[in-house]
Amino acid sequence: MTTTVERPDARVPVADRAFGVTFSGLGRAFASRHEASRPVLRDITIDVEPGEILAILGASGCGKSTLLRIAGGLDRPTSGSVAIAGTAVEAYDTRCAVGFQAPRLLPWRTVQGNVTLGLPPGTPKADGKASVTRLLELVGLADFADHRPREISGGMAQRTSLARALARNPGVLLLDEPFGALDALTRLRMQDLLLDVHAAAPTTVLLVTHDVDEALQLADRIILLGLDGDVPGADIRQTVVVPGTRPRDRGSARLAELRARLLDGLGIDRHSADGRSEPDLAGPDLSDPTPNTTSKGTP
Amino acid sequence: MTRHDTIDPATVAPSDRGDVAAPAGNGRSRAPAVRLPALRALAAADAPVPPPAGPGSGSRIADQTWLRVLGGAVVPLGLLVAWQIISTSGMVPTSRLPSPEMVWNAAVDLAGRGLLSEYVAISTQRVLTGFAFGAGIGLALGAIVGLSRLGDILLAPTLGAIRAVPSLAWVPLLILWFKIGEESKIILISIGAFFPVYTVVSGALRHVDRELIEASRAFGLHGMSLFTTVQLPAVIPSVISGLRLALAQAWLFLVAAELIAASAGLGFLLSDSGNNGRIDRVFLAIILLALLGKLTDSILGLFERWAIRRWA
Ligand SMILES: Nc1ncnc2c1ncn2[C@@H]1O[C@H](COP(=O)(O)OP(=O)(O)O)[C@@H](O)[C@H]1O
Ligand SMILES: [Mg+2]
Repeated sequence: MTTTVERPDARVPVADRAFGVTFSGLGRAFASRHEASRPVLRDITIDVEPGEILAILGASGCGKSTLLRIAGGLDRPTSGSVAIAGTAVEAYDTRCAVGFQAPRLLPWRTVQGNVTLGLPPGTPKADGKASVTRLLELVGLADFADHRPREISGGMAQRTSLARALARNPGVLLLDEPFGALDALTRLRMQDLLLDVHAAAPTTVLLVTHDVDEALQLADRIILLGLDGDVPGADIRQTVVVPGTRPRDRGSARLAELRARLLDGLGIDRHSADGRSEPDLAGPDLSDPTPNTTSKGTP
Repeated sequence: MTRHDTIDPATVAPSDRGDVAAPAGNGRSRAPAVRLPALRALAAADAPVPPPAGPGSGSRIADQTWLRVLGGAVVPLGLLVAWQIISTSGMVPTSRLPSPEMVWNAAVDLAGRGLLSEYVAISTQRVLTGFAFGAGIGLALGAIVGLSRLGDILLAPTLGAIRAVPSLAWVPLLILWFKIGEESKIILISIGAFFPVYTVVSGALRHVDRELIEASRAFGLHGMSLFTTVQLPAVIPSVISGLRLALAQAWLFLVAAELIAASAGLGFLLSDSGNNGRIDRVFLAIILLALLGKLTDSILGLFERWAIRRWA
């Protein structure tokens, strides 16, 4: 079966508040004990359109979180640049909201108080209240609004963290494995929730995940980060435009084909792995580039 | 951070619930419905850790308070009884161990001459004044060193060196500078109260969870709002244990100061009675110090409860 290269053109109209994100030749190296500096990311160039959902796939430790942190102004690139809506990202850029990999809730605040922290500054009290209440309903935590983080499960804490990021109603939503701690059923529900919220207010979303199915279900485009042979530092190995409109049929044959290709790119034997377990950092096998993916690297 | 930050879900109109829209409600009608009842059921299934104190536990807490008060009185009463038995048996001469009655009489005698209340008042006043100065400066410098890198670099080594001086070593200097007046005693007590607060506060502020601070910054908090939302609640419990330590130190230094040079106060009562062989008064002074120390510490304990409920 052949898949199309076109962007899905039935996307919902873009809200004024959705911003494009431009990575230009971005690299990040960390000082290390052994070498002067160890490159983690190199030469990341991609234009994320306003309102687009971009999934960032890659093996554990390949720099997905680092890329997201740089986009949000929590870290700085050592080379290249990143811009939001054409202007350089500032420290703790206020145009972004971050859903961190660990929930990072304030232990002395209730679930509700933590979500309130996400509201945009200057939100009128009544509006903020209504918005927080609605978000807690959406993530299924209305009955736990007055609980402290230590009184709820890890999955509930992660949903609280997601609600906090959504509360900001940001121009760019940065989500770092937001569904990682959830059980399978809750994960599917929360994915639907994200799509619902996005459909209602189409913000730009950068979604880090190591779950290929999640990426295929949610994203307009998927980038696969990985190493090129022995060259240190991950770059974009594959860019995949996901065909069809959301919500997508999770069992579709076209997606199955893409899924297989992405799993190959992650260096996983698709017959033995389910794509949800975190693969080791390994050079991807890209010996069979296909029309619907743009790949670079080992010929 | 005010009480208004917390929202009572009961005050939200029922029509608002189940209304599925964008977080800030930008009024688009395309919002698909989310199956809320299913989600709520899900939340219930996602078993949470039960809260440590559920509703209706108020009376149990009150019971515990009484239990603590009564339980805490058992050993002192036992000691009093044992003391009485030993002194009536004549095993130990009264020049070594006065009877409870003798100590009581000493108290009545001193109270009758107005000295008891004077000594208690002057000692308590010295402790509280010295504690207030020492703890206040300790909080301020602890905050500067704990929050600011520059403050840490400039001040921490010097304060560390001053802390290394055994505090009683200041006594001769203080007497030379301020004679035997109130200042020398207050300053010595302040020094005693300063270091526990400074050390605990600067250390606690330095070790506030960096990830929490980063997340809060990412949501736009900085400066004062970051301090009151994250750093202050995070360090409140350590700050209060620092204050309690400081208060104990303040009583310690009070006695040191009054033993060395004073004409009134519990430390003076101790040294004067010791020199005159009035062991009944020595016992009285020690018992009063125990009672006053415990009383002031309990007041701080009440403050701790309030502060933790308010901030942390
Ligand atoms: N602050 C840091 N200092 C040094 N090394 C770091 C730092 N942050 C991340 N790294 C390194 O960068 C690499 C990528 O990390 P990360 O972006 O968290 O990976 P991922 O999110 O893809 O699992 C890891 O090898 C990690 O050790
Ligand atoms: Mg990560």
